[in-house]
Amino acid sequence: FVKKLENISDNEAQEILEEKNYVAALGICAQGISRGKPDTALTSGDSFSVRVVQFLCKKSFQAFNLKIYALAPDPYLESESEYSASCSEEEDEDEQKEVSAVLSDQKTPAKTKAASTPPPRNSLAKKNKEQKMGNLVEEYFEAHSSSKVLTSDRTLQKLRKRRLDQQTLRDLLKNAPLAYAAEIRNLNQQHESLFSKWMLQLHLGFNIVLYGLGSKRDLLEKFRTSLLQDSVHLVVNGYFPSITVRSILNSITEEVLDHIGTFRSPLDQLEFITKRFKEDSSLELYVLIHNLDSQMLRGERSQQILAQLSSLPSIYLIASIDHINAPLMWDQAKLSLYNWLWYETTTFNPYVEETSYENSLLVQQSGSLALSSLMHVLHSLTLNARGIFRLLAQHQLEKKDNPSYPGLSFQDFYQQCREAFLVNSDLTLRAQLTEFRDHKLIRTKRGADGVEYLLIPVDDSTLTDFLEKEDEDV
Amino acid sequence: MSTCSVSKGCFVFKPSTKKRRLSDKTAHDFRCTSNDSEDTELRFVTCQSLWNQIKSETEQIQENLNKQLLDNLVSFLSRSHSDFQEKTTDWTCRMKFREIPTAALVLGVNVTDHDLTFRGLSDVLQDNITPYVALLEAKDCPGIKNLMQKLMGQLMKCDIDVDSLEDEDCVQVSQNRIRCSMPSLISWYDSVTKKTNSETPSKKRNSSSRHWQSPPVVVIFKDMESFTTKVLQDFIVISSQHIHELPLVLIFGIATSPMIIHRLLPHSVSSLLCIELFQSLSCKEHLSTIIDKLLLTSQFPFKLGEKVLQVLINIFLYHDFSVQNFIKGFQLCIVEHFYSQPLSVLCCHLADIKKRVYSLSHDQCESIRRLPSFRRYVEKQESGKQIELLTNDSFLKEETEKLLGDLHVYHENYVRILRCLHVFTSSLPKYPLGKQIRELHCACLENRVWETEEYESSLQLARMLNKTDLVTMLQQCVEILMSSSGKEFDRAVEKLKEFLTQFQNLEAEASQERDVSVSPQKELQKKTDLYHLQKTLLELKESRRSKKLTKFEMLRFEVVDYIDSLVRRYLAPADERALHEIVYFNGAAVLRGHLNAAPRTALHTALNSPHWYLKNQALRCDGGGISNKAPDICIVYKLHLECGRLINLVDWLEAFSTVVMAAEEPNADAASSDQVDDVIHARFIRAVSELELLGFIKPSKQKTDHVARLTWGGC
Repeated sequence: FVKKLENISDNEAQEILEEKNYVAALGICAQGISRGKPDTALTSGDSFSVRVVQFLCKKSFQAFNLKIYALAPDPYLESESEYSASCSEEEDEDEQKEVSAVLSDQKTPAKTKAASTPPPRNSLAKKNKEQKMGNLVEEYFEAHSSSKVLTSDRTLQKLRKRRLDQQTLRDLLKNAPLAYAAEIRNLNQQHESLFSKWMLQLHLGFNIVLYGLGSKRDLLEKFRTSLLQDSVHLVVNGYFPSITVRSILNSITEEVLDHIGTFRSPLDQLEFITKRFKEDSSLELYVLIHNLDSQMLRGERSQQILAQLSSLPSIYLIASIDHINAPLMWDQAKLSLYNWLWYETTTFNPYVEETSYENSLLVQQSGSLALSSLMHVLHSLTLNARGIFRLLAQHQLEKKDNPSYPGLSFQDFYQQCREAFLVNSDLTLRAQLTEFRDHKLIRTKRGADGVEYLLIPVDDSTLTDFLEKEDEDV
Repeated sequence: MSTCSVSKGCFVFKPSTKKRRLSDKTAHDFRCTSNDSEDTELRFVTCQSLWNQIKSETEQIQENLNKQLLDNLVSFLSRSHSDFQEKTTDWTCRMKFREIPTAALVLGVNVTDHDLTFRGLSDVLQDNITPYVALLEAKDCPGIKNLMQKLMGQLMKCDIDVDSLEDEDCVQVSQNRIRCSMPSLISWYDSVTKKTNSETPSKKRNSSSRHWQSPPVVVIFKDMESFTTKVLQDFIVISSQHIHELPLVLIFGIATSPMIIHRLLPHSVSSLLCIELFQSLSCKEHLSTIIDKLLLTSQFPFKLGEKVLQVLINIFLYHDFSVQNFIKGFQLCIVEHFYSQPLSVLCCHLADIKKRVYSLSHDQCESIRRLPSFRRYVEKQESGKQIELLTNDSFLKEETEKLLGDLHVYHENYVRILRCLHVFTSSLPKYPLGKQIRELHCACLENRVWETEEYESSLQLARMLNKTDLVTMLQQCVEILMSSSGKEFDRAVEKLKEFLTQFQNLEAEASQERDVSVSPQKELQKKTDLYHLQKTLLELKESRRSKKLTKFEMLRFEVVDYIDSLVRRYLAPADERALHEIVYFNGAAVLRGHLNAAPRTALHTALNSPHWYLKNQALRCDGGGISNKAPDICIVYKLHLECGRLINLVDWLEAFSTVVMAAEEPNADAASSDQVDDVIHARFIRAVSELELLGFIKPSKQKTDHVARLTWGGC
């Protein structure tokens, strides 16, 4: 037990050392923040960044304390009380006081260092405030000149917070109340009063583009359900990750015009559509495009085709844009084809649908989704196949510290699988690997010596999580 | 049916055919907006007919303006063609060098207007020169193969148009199967021309009346600058090889300058072209004509207010130089005016006014009474009439009719005098009131022009005009005023003519004047002493100041004063007239919002000061800052502004949760704090991905859990 305690204190010393480095890095980071800050800031931007730094110190300290607590609950009762004390102080309004209180509790040099950092920073920030009107251009080049980036090295993994997957995110957000719901409703009602005007202008040969902060999906949906029920219309979700101009054209030719057959190129298809609409003057089509500026539609060629489509007199286009640089995708020629009337519809609605696809979210998402897809695929496989994958995953995790790990060579892998009674011939193994490859679970690479190496293209943490989950299941 | 799906991005909705709405319900949309639905039908019809008139008018103008250019082009084409026809020496000599006759058409930067020009051009060509015209655009021709395909497709289609329909099928088939190459094009051309020659006499006569025996093949490159150099070069080299078999003529549409031909094509290729340059009318002149014919005329009842006109002209001058867009803006003005102004039903031709005024309902009469300009008018009347106007509908209608008639007359006179004034101001040095009549028009609409400094200085300058200029200007004014139909200007014309005769009489007296003025000059020449010189000069100056004005100067003063009196009488700004709201459209802000929007500014306003949109006291903040109760995305945006090039997600998240926690109750206990954290985490994720969607940040691989900032500064 004593040995264990020593171990713990050793650990602690280590941690403190790390903390020291960290706080130093944090100081730099804070300076970086204040230096890079443009003149628009929060109510009191400077004191705010001070607050952030203090908060970060506190948080790291808390996490540190927690760790000790978790390691040795019994002999360190006083540390628990310490923890709760800091917790109660957290409620304190005056943060400056709070931090100093926390600091006085702690005697480690790192903390005093942290305490000494804020005051000089404060004065520095004040000086900065005086030079607020400094040239933005200069700031830009300053930020881009040094290749070194002054930010802290903390990662989400160290945060010890479980990653949220799509479903939990959705549930959490659904429960969270939407702020200013009444005001937002008011705002939307103002926009809705314009619906009939939109219709009129569409009929007079203009097309309508909506811009402004907030999702315009609901607004357009409402427009659709209230006014377009009795007419042929096409809704395009531009934010859909695999939308293409071709699929838009296809749905027009196939579903609207009931044409069976394929086309050599989108241009041919466009020509066909143009011809049909010109021939038959009773044909009318309303096209609603959510996010005309999405990743997939913003290309020059797609915009050209859409513009030509919208210039047909009996096709009425109403679209929304969100990206700040969206108008840049249109030149004069396209603008005149589109014949836009701009409407500002700031709705403040959250972009729920638009950001719901995996690729539009940040890193927090991709890991968990990969995990769930891993689990999903693996569950549909035989026990042996799962064993094979486990072997590969375990091997990869063992070698995770080796940055130049090329992967497991096929021969070695076959040997291991045989030893574990998972396969009886290399043919069965190959068949299994093909299946993995089809689901993008593994990647094969041929080394310099011609040997085939197998690798799981998933980051280590996800792999660890996966193995843990597998263990639970077994 | 829902439009959310994870497998599909396009959704088609087709109602059953029975329910399908009829297309001529546009008027319906017009109606369901305004509160009084009585005259909407009529209003819509008026609006549409007005717009159609204006549209046809603009097309007419465009045609007239392009006439000169098209005539030149046609004569050029027929010349290049006649050489081929007659096989003269000139042609054979050119043959040796394999030169293709080429017309370089410099059209100016207003690319959007070119379409109309080209359409007119190809119509004219097909009527007069040749049925074989192909219009090529750069976007259709990424390679030489596509170019040939497009070219042959277009040529063979016009073949069908010209020929009788008997052999349509074979052409149809061949069009799809044919190999797109120059030889096949030539063989097609041979067969077509032979066929025309061997056709029945009656038909031949018919066709030859329009076209020559072997008409040239005209290929128009609409936007020469956007073609790939390679494609152009290849096409020119290939076709120059076959020029003796195929009378090809190229037309380049150029937006920048003719230099571009030499920049795009190396000497070896450009030497294969025999280029002739054609210049189209500049877009500014086009606009002036449009303004002249649409706005400075009493033909159309609808008028633009000063701010609106300024917006349209600014968009033209500072954004696109596009006359099409100007006309589009004009259309939008008409629609907006008729849509938003219920009384615009009275904005019609003079002949209809009486009928429409008398069919006004009581509510509409009330809304006339509510017009600010009408209220001002009422206040100026004596009390008995005031009561009548405010209580008696039929009296009001009579008065309204009279006022609208006055407004019409006012406008007619206004235009005449404006033109007269423009004759004077457009020749003054430095153009204090602008060179173009539109600038003068704007100045007159804005406020009383005679109270402005510019007007004062231009009068000063006008008082210094020489005689010949003054006489020609007066003659022009007389012409302008004579052209008016009414008798309003009879007296003015008389007066101006009188001035003119007086000027002529001056000729005789001029010689005497000269004698008088010689003497001091001579005196000056005698002195050489500097002191004496200065003294004499001072004396001279004194004497000049006190000297009696010459007759010419007197007359000049009189003329200028008379013009000034005309201006004061007729050029009062329109918004001083009663009932001007019915005829003038003044929604400049609406117009600018629809045509010249600033989406980025709107985003920044929403992010920086949400209370602009969400009218809540909690969001109001002093000093341009943002409260911690703002919507999540605003807070996240504000925090990201404090960072440099890269942003650490963890720090960002914690900063966010600090701000948000401070806004909420900070007394949560340990157990629930974890729960709250999760929600905040989720809110943060949402806000960050929204910022990514808006294009403020993007994921970065430079450092783990970092995002890169894409914007800089406040906006």
